[in-house]
Amino acid sequence: MISAHYPALQVVIPLLGAVLCALVRRGSIAWLVALTVSWIMPVIAAAMLWQVLADGPISYALGGWEPPWGIEYRVDALSGFLLLLVSGVGAVIMPYARTSVASEIHASRQAWFYTMYLLCLAGLLGMAITGDAFNVFVFMEISSLATYTLIALGKDRRALLAAYQYLIVGTIGATFYVIGVGLLYSVTGSLNFVDIAGKLDAIENTRPLLSALAFLTVGISLKLALFPLHVWLPNAYAYAPSAATSFLAATATKVAVYLLLRFFFTVFGAGFVFETLPVSNILLVLSIAAMFGASIVAIFQDDIKRMLAYSSVAQIGYITLGIALANQSGLTGGIVHIFNHAMMKAALFLVLGAVFYRIGSVHIDSLAGIGRRMPVTMASFVIAGLSIIGAPGTAGFISKWYLAVGALEKGWWWLVFLIVLSSLLAVVYIGRVIEIAWFRTPSEACEGVQEPPPMMLVPIWIFTAATIYFGFFTDLSAGIAGKAAETLLGGLK
Amino acid sequence: MRFDLILRVTAKLLLPFILLFALYVQFHGDFGPGGGFQAGVIAAAMIILYAIIFGLSAAKRVVPQGLVETLVPMGVLIFAGVGIATLFLGGNYLDYSALNHDDPAHGQHLGILLVEIGVFVTVSSTMTVIFYAFVGRGR
Amino acid sequence: MQLLEQIVAHYNHWITIFLMVSGLYIVIARGNMVKKLVGLSLFQTSVYLLYISPGKILGGTAPILDDKFTVYSNPLPHVLILTAIVVGVATLALGLALVIRINEAFGTIEEDELFGEQEEN
Repeated sequence: MISAHYPALQVVIPLLGAVLCALVRRGSIAWLVALTVSWIMPVIAAAMLWQVLADGPISYALGGWEPPWGIEYRVDALSGFLLLLVSGVGAVIMPYARTSVASEIHASRQAWFYTMYLLCLAGLLGMAITGDAFNVFVFMEISSLATYTLIALGKDRRALLAAYQYLIVGTIGATFYVIGVGLLYSVTGSLNFVDIAGKLDAIENTRPLLSALAFLTVGISLKLALFPLHVWLPNAYAYAPSAATSFLAATATKVAVYLLLRFFFTVFGAGFVFETLPVSNILLVLSIAAMFGASIVAIFQDDIKRMLAYSSVAQIGYITLGIALANQSGLTGGIVHIFNHAMMKAALFLVLGAVFYRIGSVHIDSLAGIGRRMPVTMASFVIAGLSIIGAPGTAGFISKWYLAVGALEKGWWWLVFLIVLSSLLAVVYIGRVIEIAWFRTPSEACEGVQEPPPMMLVPIWIFTAATIYFGFFTDLSAGIAGKAAETLLGGLK
Repeated sequence: MRFDLILRVTAKLLLPFILLFALYVQFHGDFGPGGGFQAGVIAAAMIILYAIIFGLSAAKRVVPQGLVETLVPMGVLIFAGVGIATLFLGGNYLDYSALNHDDPAHGQHLGILLVEIGVFVTVSSTMTVIFYAFVGRGR
Repeated sequence: MQLLEQIVAHYNHWITIFLMVSGLYIVIARGNMVKKLVGLSLFQTSVYLLYISPGKILGGTAPILDDKFTVYSNPLPHVLILTAIVVGVATLALGLALVIRINEAFGTIEEDELFGEQEEN
């Protein structure tokens, strides 16, 4: 039965696809390979998630070595959700990538783009699926190294600087992560998440354990761009090729958030992290700082891609806010925002990619009046933008609703107020672009500009439709997120 | 390029032994310290030594750049291919015992050997490719 | 006195910490991109030591099952670190490649000059 091997195939197929792309070295054929691979992935992920929701977690012993000795691939509601999200985003962006990549990257390097894209996909899926702490590091570095290369493929020469900066920061983050895992390994003698969790009760509050938690938290926070550690992100997103930016913004930081959840709740246990230690307070302060600080900086950006990058930092603040609340509604809000933010940010960055494809710039001045030239594209920007703001009827509203309910359950009225207030900042930076794009007279750059080809429009509207759909029907998003939150919080009750 | 007789002669004498040592490390990896990583690096060191002494163009005549660039993914393909083969033979991914159902120990042996060859190919060619890329730059 | 003994007994950790902190310091304090990568490598190397040194058990032999021995060193850290070394090599190679490209594109690899130039744009 091939379905028994889905966990292995989920990682191996993109890896093999990357190898094939590297072998063929022709942009168009590499794209076909990448398209096939990226379309198989969500099917496998959906099948596994279905199985998990019906029968409980799947455990797969790689190489036939039973856990905790061998590497275990473990799919539960949360990781299944993440796998479906990452592979789904990867699949929808792929058709778009062909045109966008062809216009932004030199022909001789296009095959490398697809190779790195698939390697990054394999790494991210691997991080989400593996149940082994060290294996996570390996996949983290696979995806990170691929990401640095993807960024460096950007057209602007400053992309090289952005890639270098990210390489330094990312490597420090990954190394911090390994230090944390090493300390955990030296006190428990195990690398399997579930196995470590079982052994920690006996040694709670010892010094190696505390320092391991500290190293892991800082390391992963660097990867997920938690507020003061986010400096690498705006440049990286601003100068990477458009298709890569959308993919990374929608998936890379999200998988790091998943990892943080995994360590906080599965490994260390919510009781230890949130009740014995003041992690919740620290996370709360940093999240609020992200929501406000990054949003305010976003308002003053003239490069729209960079503006959205800062907006991403702010949105990650909402996700970590959900983690900091650490109750059922709050955590559901955090997890569902992983999903919802991926949908709307992918849509927004794809719109910018389409604009860049037509007018060769995403500077705010050159966007004047573009709404009249590319109405279908820019309408998507409006809808996804409303979702970022959190307008009712969009996916963004659902996440903020859950977060607000979570805050109320704790009796924190002021936090609800802050969530609404930070949304107003989003109104300013999104509204500014909408105003210029729709209500100004068209600039010279927009002269004779048309809608992008359907290969670009369809992916944009798939994500846009998703932000509307998941604003009304939340069974698939909030429903599964709620289940995942329930499993994670199991340790607290 | 200067013509250094002593260097050239010593290098030519050394090269086969470096390769021999690489292969020893590779195939002795089952019984003692060694394996594809180490052997791959040693083999790449041989190519790099040759390139340093005899010049980049001479090295590229012996080991063409195109060949090395193909070998990098090839090694990964061997590795992943063994994994896929074990899937079809009824085991888990990379479960070498499935390679020989009558004698699982022999299957393990065979699996490790094949995978290590994949590692050897990728590591040695990656090292060479890195060297070529850096040396060929900025002339 | 007891404290001193503890410090001496765990000398491997002190070496690790020294390497780790000096590596991190170089990454932060140096403006030259190649030097930064050197610091980064040093930082990563310290982690290799962190893993390997507790894996050695005093009086233990190589982990090959034999009736004559009962105490074995732990082989797993070596395998893990072999992987980490490969990752480190890949990171270093990619980092250096980026530095070369930066040098070609900007004509300098000093961060002061690079970011000074950016502000003028």
